[in-house]
Amino acid sequence: MISERLYTFADFVCKTLFEPLINLIDDKKKKKPLFLSPSNSEMDFQVVILAGGFSSNLAPLVSKEVPKALLPVANRPVLSYVLDLLESSNLKDLIVVVEGEDAALTVGGWISSACVDRLHVEVAAVAENVGTAGALKAIAHHLTAKDILIVSGDIVSDISPGAVAATHTRHDAAVTAMLCAEPVSGPAESGGAGGKDKIKKPACYDIIGLDSSKQFLLYIATGVEVKRDTRLKKSILCAAGKMEIRSDLVDSHIYAFKRSVLQEVLEQKPTFRCLKQDVLPYLVRTQLRSDVFSDEKAVEENGSGHGKNNMQNNDGVSSQILSNAFLPSFHKVYESGLDIRKTHKCCVYIADESKYCVRLNSIQAFMDVNRDVIGDANHLSGYSFSAHHNIVHPSAELGSKTTVGPHCMLGEGSQVGDKCNVKRSVIGRHCRIGSNVKVVNSVVMDHATIGDGCSIQGSVICSNAQLQERVALRDCQVEAGYVVFAGGEHKGETFARK
Amino acid sequence: MESRRNPRAVVDPKVRQVGFFTSSQPDSTHPIASDSTSSPSRNSLSPPPRLPRRRLPDAFPGGVSRDLLMLPGVGMDSMAAAKSSSVPPSGLTTVSVVNMPPPGLSGIISCLYCVLSAEGGKAPLVSSGSVASANYDDESRVVKAKRRAVVKQTEAKNRVELFRHLPQYEHGTQLPDLETKFFLLDPMHPAVYKVGLQYLSGDISGGNARCIAMLQAFQEVVKDYSTPPEKTLNRDLTAKISSYVSFLIECRPLSVSMGNAIRFVKNRIAKLPIMLFESEAKAALQSDIQRFISEKIVAADKAIVRHAVTKIRDGDVLLTYGSPSAVEMVLLQAHELRKKFRVLVVDSLPKLEGQLLLRRLIKRGIDCTYTHINAISYVMHEVTKVFLGASSVLSNGTVYSRVGTACVAMVASAFRVPVLVCCEAYKFHERVQLDSICSNELGDPNVISKVHGRGGINYLDGLTNNANLQFLNLMYDATPSDYISMIITDYGMVPPTSVPVIVREYQKEHLLV
Repeated sequence: MISERLYTFADFVCKTLFEPLINLIDDKKKKKPLFLSPSNSEMDFQVVILAGGFSSNLAPLVSKEVPKALLPVANRPVLSYVLDLLESSNLKDLIVVVEGEDAALTVGGWISSACVDRLHVEVAAVAENVGTAGALKAIAHHLTAKDILIVSGDIVSDISPGAVAATHTRHDAAVTAMLCAEPVSGPAESGGAGGKDKIKKPACYDIIGLDSSKQFLLYIATGVEVKRDTRLKKSILCAAGKMEIRSDLVDSHIYAFKRSVLQEVLEQKPTFRCLKQDVLPYLVRTQLRSDVFSDEKAVEENGSGHGKNNMQNNDGVSSQILSNAFLPSFHKVYESGLDIRKTHKCCVYIADESKYCVRLNSIQAFMDVNRDVIGDANHLSGYSFSAHHNIVHPSAELGSKTTVGPHCMLGEGSQVGDKCNVKRSVIGRHCRIGSNVKVVNSVVMDHATIGDGCSIQGSVICSNAQLQERVALRDCQVEAGYVVFAGGEHKGETFARK
Repeated sequence: MESRRNPRAVVDPKVRQVGFFTSSQPDSTHPIASDSTSSPSRNSLSPPPRLPRRRLPDAFPGGVSRDLLMLPGVGMDSMAAAKSSSVPPSGLTTVSVVNMPPPGLSGIISCLYCVLSAEGGKAPLVSSGSVASANYDDESRVVKAKRRAVVKQTEAKNRVELFRHLPQYEHGTQLPDLETKFFLLDPMHPAVYKVGLQYLSGDISGGNARCIAMLQAFQEVVKDYSTPPEKTLNRDLTAKISSYVSFLIECRPLSVSMGNAIRFVKNRIAKLPIMLFESEAKAALQSDIQRFISEKIVAADKAIVRHAVTKIRDGDVLLTYGSPSAVEMVLLQAHELRKKFRVLVVDSLPKLEGQLLLRRLIKRGIDCTYTHINAISYVMHEVTKVFLGASSVLSNGTVYSRVGTACVAMVASAFRVPVLVCCEAYKFHERVQLDSICSNELGDPNVISKVHGRGGINYLDGLTNNANLQFLNLMYDATPSDYISMIITDYGMVPPTSVPVIVREYQKEHLLV
């Protein structure tokens, strides 16, 4: 009795000693915590957020002060949506990978101010232009858990990452991808003030091949790669029997990898740059003749050896009973036909159609996300809407006869002059908007100044930009701090400093 | 007791009132309400004087957040205790376990819980094949169970009256809901969660396999377990195991083999000497569980195979139904011994388990024929012996097995073909069951309306919610002992009447050790 007491007491003492040390470690770059076992270790998952750096697709919206991860969507940085999603799934231990030292500093600074006490985040800076696979290779020595959940840092979504992880664990897969319905894209050009939204479908996003049970991934390619024709692996098709090829599903850039598999691939193929375009298709292609064979899938069933061997081995028998009870996937059936080939499974989780998932990788996507978060998908924004279906901060000042339509957002401290018209737009904090201004379908970021009589449609005005009087913009992007001179009419232009 | 018999009233034909019922709710216009309130509490003891409908004091007031996983399994136990020993549980205060509670308080409360569970521990944890003494036509009980449930389950709307005492949930929503909660179930062990997911999705089926998977998950649990301060290992670990078991029950009702295994594990935990260090206790437990698997399942299977192959002669035509793991081993071993026989595999929709067995037999080079159960009377004339597997064998010799087994056994006995049931002794149970109705498992009703692979004849597709049509997908059935010639167990080849002897004499040994 006494000896047992002492044991538990010592245990207790250890815990109290280490607790304050654990709390000290917060947001240090590239440091592996010594004492802390991550709180997600119950499920043995580690979360990595790939926050990118300065993407060239989104210039001039991104700048030195605003890396892609901190672009505001409905006045919140896009990274905050990812962090909120993970926090709501009780994933509190995250690694954020940012390209470029400066960007890493900025992102780290924002995270520590926003997430202190709620999340335990570590920011890792990697060299620029190494691609997502390169970034993962750089932090590979920090990854210790059995499975890794990789989330892209520019996603706005409400799909629970737990579902991906559950599918991954259930099938004991090497990689699991999450697919969602393709997003509805807004108009590239708005047809007149208050015109109807034309739904324009771009060329297909991704081409996905699924098996008949819709659980396994047989083929994946991005739409842009497939110009005219594509090749499928015959062995996979023969083993699976039926393949369903779909172009209405989009890869949502949330993946679950088995850590050993990921590390094997990254080591064996140093030329791989992008997770989505290189690593994932490679794993899918080689799923029946796997070189990254993981230890868990030891082929104990029948494979080699007689029944006599099995009979003499107790463990063999019980694992035999277990493996016989499972409904065999086509991998097992294929394996049982051969002696030594090993296979790995690429699973897929198809999100419900009602879920929302959009990735910020173009200016059009940026506009769409802003429009959706305050419009259709407004449960994501976390704000509460007023009676007019818009969000107007109490400290915002509106002039007389100014109308703010539904699905609009006005940040704090903004001042809007008289006779203005704001429709379906997001206006940031501390903006100064003059009188007689029409803002339709646009995004105006913090501290912008817009002179009187301007008309802005479908455009993005970055922070601290200045528009002088009577400027008419349509589908333009104005870089941060830029001054647009008075009286111009511009359509589809990008204003940036050379 | 004539006073309790209700004067014959004209009732809605849909409502079947079976057994004793009160006249308290005479209106028959609400069949659901009258059925639930008028059915007496059917517990396994069912003494003639009807127990008053006991409103158990709400042991968990204020609702329970999903974090309180320690309580559900024990709560069931306490209710079973209340019913069987008629001791009302004392009122307990809720403890919110979001953050670390003050150690003293939770220690006291866990002691109280375990006292209650110890009282109810005498009665077997699983008194019936389905959930421990929870009758699903009792609405208040269902509501309480739902509040504590980890897996969110919506009751199926269209249920057959006769089987309303069995749980039936909407199958489409369970798995996605459990998946989204993957990271939110903090106290749940990942191995147990994985096993639960596999049960729920139907990935794993078969008594032995489910039992082995669960025991291996429990081994992981014990390996990762560490006693919280101010608690004893016995009680805390038992409480944890109970909570995991209730989670597994929510995923899929326990089979008898699993119930016996859980009883064994709890017994071993309770018997651990207090003097042991934690690491020694854990090692002892893990080795106990390993011993159970190797002795009661693996070694038992080997013994069964040894006995059974003596019954197979050259020129035999053996029939088997479904995919029983024991019979498969027998056939493979007989083939190894170069006996000349052929196998007839009988299969049935919707599960088509026979195809898995068929594939494995053919790979070994055994001559096989494959047919569906509708042709059983056609093929039976050429069969010399029938080998069947069992989920459990009950005390009166009834074999409780996959639905369709009774059919096969009956046809075989009509053709005077001997029926041999291969069943490990750990699957025996002391209860008695006379029919397939009182204890069973209801599967997903939607699968019986579809024929896999033939899209053109799915006429029932849109009709699952029709009020005039109810789907019934039974998973198990009970074969009376008259149709069974012999039961092959690891204790030898016995007639069905010897089963209660084995249960009485030998089941105690692993409890007493």
